[in-house]
Amino acid sequence: MNSQAILPQTTPAAAMIRTLGLIAAICGLIIVAAYQGTYDAVQENKRIAVERAVFKVIPAAKSIVEYSALPAGGVEKIAAGATAPAGALKFYAGYDAGGELAGIAAEGAAKGYADTVRILFAYDLATSSISAFSVVAMRETPGIGDKILVDKDFLANFPLEAKVSTDLKALANAIVTVKHGSKTKPWEVDAISGATITSRAVGKAINDAAQALLPRVAPNLDKLKEKS
Amino acid sequence: MSPSPGKMSARNWDEFMEGIWRQNPVFVMVLGMCPTLAVTVSGVNALSMGIATTFVLVCSCGLVSLLRKLIPKEVRIATYIVIIATFVTVVDYVIQAVSLALYDALGAFIQLIVVNCIILGRAEAHASKNPPMAAMTNALGMGVGFTIGLLALGTVREILGAGSLFGISLFGADFQPWVIMVLPPGGFFVLGAWLLFFAALERRKQRKLAEATQNA
Repeated sequence: MNSQAILPQTTPAAAMIRTLGLIAAICGLIIVAAYQGTYDAVQENKRIAVERAVFKVIPAAKSIVEYSALPAGGVEKIAAGATAPAGALKFYAGYDAGGELAGIAAEGAAKGYADTVRILFAYDLATSSISAFSVVAMRETPGIGDKILVDKDFLANFPLEAKVSTDLKALANAIVTVKHGSKTKPWEVDAISGATITSRAVGKAINDAAQALLPRVAPNLDKLKEKS
Repeated sequence: MSPSPGKMSARNWDEFMEGIWRQNPVFVMVLGMCPTLAVTVSGVNALSMGIATTFVLVCSCGLVSLLRKLIPKEVRIATYIVIIATFVTVVDYVIQAVSLALYDALGAFIQLIVVNCIILGRAEAHASKNPPMAAMTNALGMGVGFTIGLLALGTVREILGAGSLFGISLFGADFQPWVIMVLPPGGFFVLGAWLLFFAALERRKQRKLAEATQNA
């Protein structure tokens, strides 16, 4: 009796659970509907984003095919919607309007100044060189680190030599970033003065990815050339 | 008891204008500073963040208001958060479907709308005590006011820090951008300048009011 007088408006536990349950059900319905309703558009957007990024680094490409380079050597096409098998490296083969292989593109990543710099680079098979790169994601300082995308001297590093060694184990010459103005070899990256850390990240990202990927891809070029 | 249509629309207008001017969330209440300072590096980011927040505000205030008689006060905060989180999830998917570039630019700040104090504040202080129409009108006003606040910061920072407006270059290639404006400190500088401006306006208004009462 006394407790009722002190707490005249206590809501019964059942009412609270009922309300919370009802609201959770309504919210669940809304979320699932939104997920289902946008799923196709989101997947399509992701596909277009990848395609655009590859077209940007391989300007001649008109269509792309996703491949994985298997750890044991050899390449395998990735079916639409499937993911690359464990240990495999994903890369994209770009084909021009006539169906000829225009180049391959792959992602690389290395620690930059603020966060990991993720890049996509294109490899030109005819000249065995990295022909271009673009940034997938970075948080480098605007106006300093992000000059890697616009600095004329830095972009002049490309094409960048990346020949696979004769024993097909690694690159013949590792790609290294050198201090601004001291580039002497075709596989060296001339850093931007004042943005050395980000420049190094680009060089390291390309080197790490190319060292792992290109030796696996090089013996399988014939397989890539025939577009199906 | 029911007010005449003219009175009703006047009241609605009042509810709407409250958020835009008198109680502007950014410039008067100084609420929701986290997205305000973080995402306003460009006009497009500011506008999209404003629209996303407005959508969440209007929908969650509408739903909270509809259910206000059902919600026991003991569990109201939990309820509001669940409702707000639902609409934030919806916005999250919709932005991904519209543009992935925009989604990447806004980053974690879309999910952080859940804990935006403007929204929880509106649900608690207004939507839980008013019928759906009034709650949604008030929420819309707050949302638009928030968007205006974000745009005021975003456009200034983009013009000074990148030399462009909504991605369109304004000054040509020779322009040397004032980079600090798109870095975090720039957000504080521009916000401080706007707050100063509004405080000066307020002071002038009060001085005029004081003069008017003295003369009378």
